[in-house]
Amino acid sequence: MAFLFPAGGASASFRFTYPDSLGVYGNIDDTLNQVVITARNTHEIAPVQSLSGEKLQKLSTFSVSDALRYFSGVQIKDYGGIGGLKTINVRSMGSQHVGVFYDGVQITNAQNGTVDLGRFSMDNMEVLSVYNGQKSAVFQSAKDFSSASALYMVSRRPVFEDAKNNNWVFRGKTGSFDLGNVSALWEHRYNEHVSSSVNAEFLSTSGKYKFRYSKDGGYDTTEVRRNGDVTSFRGEAAVFGKHEKFDWFGKVYFYESERGYPGAAVKKDYGISLLNEDRQHDRNFFAQSSFTYSGNDFYSLKFQAKYSKDYMNYIMPPHSTVQPANNKYWQDEIYFSAAGLLNLTDFWSVNISGDYQWNRLDAKGSDMFDANFSFPRRHTVLAAAATSARLPFGLSAQASLLYTFVHDESAKDMEVAPDKSIFTPSLILSYRPWKKLGLEFRAFYKNIFRMPTFNDLYYVQIGNRLLRPEYAVQYDVGAVYRKSFQKGVLESLDLSVDGYFNQVKDKIIATPTSNQLVWTMLNLGYVEILGTDVTASIGLRFGEFLLSGRLSYTYQNAVDLTENKKDEDLGEGVVNVYGDQIPYIPWHSGSVTMNCVFRNWDLNYSFIYTGERYMLGGNIPVNYILPWYTSDIAVSRKFTFSKFGMKASLEVNNLFNQQYEVVKWYPMPGTNFKIVLIFEI
Amino acid sequence: MNIRKNIIAVCIAAAFCSGISSCRKGDPVLPSEPVVVNPWDKISGDICGFYLLNEGNMGSNKASLDHYDYSTGVYTRNIYGERNPFEVKDLGDVGNDLKIYGNKLWAVINCSNYVEVMDVSTAKHIAKIAVPNCRYLAFKDGYAYVSAYAGPVQIDPDARIGMVVKIDTADFKIVDSCIVGYQPEEIAIVDDKMYVANSGGYRVPNYDRTVSVIDIPSFEETHKIDVDINLHRIVPDRHGKLYVSSRGDYYGQHSKTYVIDVETEEVHETMDNLPNSNMTLCGDSLYVYSNEFSYITKEWTVSYAILDTRTGRVVTRNFITDGTDKKIKVPYAIAVHPVTRDFFVSDAKDYVSPGVLHCFSKDGKRKWSVTTGDIPSNIAFTDKKLE
Repeated sequence: MAFLFPAGGASASFRFTYPDSLGVYGNIDDTLNQVVITARNTHEIAPVQSLSGEKLQKLSTFSVSDALRYFSGVQIKDYGGIGGLKTINVRSMGSQHVGVFYDGVQITNAQNGTVDLGRFSMDNMEVLSVYNGQKSAVFQSAKDFSSASALYMVSRRPVFEDAKNNNWVFRGKTGSFDLGNVSALWEHRYNEHVSSSVNAEFLSTSGKYKFRYSKDGGYDTTEVRRNGDVTSFRGEAAVFGKHEKFDWFGKVYFYESERGYPGAAVKKDYGISLLNEDRQHDRNFFAQSSFTYSGNDFYSLKFQAKYSKDYMNYIMPPHSTVQPANNKYWQDEIYFSAAGLLNLTDFWSVNISGDYQWNRLDAKGSDMFDANFSFPRRHTVLAAAATSARLPFGLSAQASLLYTFVHDESAKDMEVAPDKSIFTPSLILSYRPWKKLGLEFRAFYKNIFRMPTFNDLYYVQIGNRLLRPEYAVQYDVGAVYRKSFQKGVLESLDLSVDGYFNQVKDKIIATPTSNQLVWTMLNLGYVEILGTDVTASIGLRFGEFLLSGRLSYTYQNAVDLTENKKDEDLGEGVVNVYGDQIPYIPWHSGSVTMNCVFRNWDLNYSFIYTGERYMLGGNIPVNYILPWYTSDIAVSRKFTFSKFGMKASLEVNNLFNQQYEVVKWYPMPGTNFKIVLIFEI
Repeated sequence: MNIRKNIIAVCIAAAFCSGISSCRKGDPVLPSEPVVVNPWDKISGDICGFYLLNEGNMGSNKASLDHYDYSTGVYTRNIYGERNPFEVKDLGDVGNDLKIYGNKLWAVINCSNYVEVMDVSTAKHIAKIAVPNCRYLAFKDGYAYVSAYAGPVQIDPDARIGMVVKIDTADFKIVDSCIVGYQPEEIAIVDDKMYVANSGGYRVPNYDRTVSVIDIPSFEETHKIDVDINLHRIVPDRHGKLYVSSRGDYYGQHSKTYVIDVETEEVHETMDNLPNSNMTLCGDSLYVYSNEFSYITKEWTVSYAILDTRTGRVVTRNFITDGTDKKIKVPYAIAVHPVTRDFFVSDAKDYVSPGVLHCFSKDGKRKWSVTTGDIPSNIAFTDKKLE
């Protein structure tokens, strides 16, 4: 998504683009290996929410970001349409505090620190989990400790029935926005140890949809979202090895896309206006492998390596804009990780891990840009020590200490940010007072930071190399109740409640300087967040009729306590915005999903609610944004033939055609539908 | 039948959810917000009040119009939407200039690419004139002139040259246009000549550094006056001089004020010590403030000065005398009441919070302050009462 830094008469205006990198692919994470609900994994003591397998596929979602809307404590920023930027924000700390892991390894974007989740297809996705704090598996890379919260996406890994050595899956989707989406998956078993998977997907959409703005007793306009088309191709190939004492994994990934950016739906005279015809072209490649040794009870070892290469080109064509631009960015990353787990006793283990990462950003733009761009390189060394103990009376504890060292260089010997050398701790506790009752209490504390990105530090003119890291401190207390029943109508019941307090310190903010045309980055903000996440899910069985429901609710009071927002002694005419709710964070939000299965039929209904909130500039009437709520419904039927299976589904999203915005002036689609056909051999 | 019961229950639940979904409350036209700020104020001379235009953050349709009424001492935020509920998306995106000509109020809406014309005594919409990337206004003999960044594409394929368009104020039609320099900003009119400050901000580091001179009767650029990089403001005084501001380059080249002699059309004086973000003339007093940011130090330097145009000398280096200047983070608009000489300085703060307007008595003491819209940028005094 192009986050547009205003172009203008006063500056070397250069559009500040937020390219996304599909950077990295990782090995299958051990704790997330199972297809069944992973939230029940007994090793996890940190707050986690997961959707997986069938449950995940039944939500009528197109991309990962759509599915994440059903999680509590999660806000998805969505600029609308299939091609619009979609980012995740967990517990209001900001999207750059969320580590996004794909198959176990973090996807990084050294340039801007944000990952566009709209690009991750649900096609081949097996598990989505969101962890508050960190994954509490202990045996993990240093990176797993290094963000304030983490999203783990795990793709499908081959499973073969009986004597079958090949699995084939073909999918086709079509529907609103002139969508055409096809994919094919081939999984092959070579022998009992080695299997492979090849997956390819093609997508094309015009991204066109109507949207309407109407005021009571005022204007009423219906426009068409234009320049939102996307064409993309994704290809993946992986080899999996599983032996008695070790397993290994290798993967290559390729993604290419070409898309338009419609921009904000601002007032325009379409007769003469400079239409937004910005285009973006992305190409991402990576290769990755891992090796895990778990041959004895005393210790385990894990090694990971990755190389990624990303290209992004952002074009503002001369005929559509006053200031044409054609910017190119190249990113490279090399990553190594080694982790060792020592099981000192049967209840006490220690993990030591060390990661090294190297990032490079090259760019080409205007002459002025090229002359002033520093061509940054970054060495990051992460070391983590963690220990986990499970005491007999029901108490589990995990403590970790992360050390981060960051050294930046400039290929042009320009001045860079000073080295960073930082220790950050975390502590997770869990207490299960009664063995038989599925009730557990938990608490965690975590102090972590995010490094300023290359854009924050070195973007020509705008960047500020003296930025300090932005810290997030979290305190959480909660309780979980989980129970499965063998008999009767009630099959399962899960409840969880968490209360939390977060502080975001030295928040990095882009701010205009002398005027709206000249911007810079500053460590200015301070935000406090007090919140509650509640989730409940229930499974019922009435003979052949299965019914399940899931509910999530989030309350957040996220206030901006930045010092310079204070206005004192200026009289009653001046509105105080110090302590107001931060932009785009609703006080109340939640979701309900209901699913009925009867024989081969499946009906899924989901409802999402986002309460009132404010856009930039304080909680005053002009910044007010109406609540929105959408209902999505999906019906599917399975057909089984002797050699193959088939599934057909019809999805209708935004059933009541609500006209809404997640980000002000980025209208979302009204009622839209999709038809999906899946063949499995 | 248990199953049937449950199916019914699901249907009821679904119906309930859909019930909520279908009756969302409507989106009202934003009401204006009146605030009594100074009931002791009164009309002096023929000044009944003023309009204030807020830029609003780019990409957010938040340009807005405020009004102050001297007869009641009431400041009213956001009057446009209420008075023009059928104007789609209100004023639009980024209000850049505001001027009154005759009984019309003109506003330049930069990123919505149009000029809005309203009735000065009702603030009701009269006409819209499409001008791509329009910036500033000037008037002369029944015509409005608007500077615009987006001139014809074909002249320079790498950077679009700027232009000034000529609009007939009787029928609001564009009658002519004239190519000037790159990214033209303010316009000054002296007799039959028009002077346009060209910034060239899109061409960094090759800023434009000229003032275009246009012969008004033929509406053609006759020549250019070389001044300095990144020009912005241009104000004529009563003694045959033009004051022009250079923004500098935010690195080593600082903002400065230049004085052009209209007679010789040459730079008469360079005022290194008068950095200039914005200025306004009242009689022979030129009020200048500067809010200069440096990419080297990452710091802002704010200053306020008054220059006597008779002598060309600075008479004060801080016209705010009561310490309020320390509370102003980003001075953004300046205006002087032509009769009482009360003056106004707005504060754009962090650009994403609502701004504040401060009113000072002529000796520089704060009288009152009020919250404005986002990024208060222009003030236009009016002799008509708002109905």
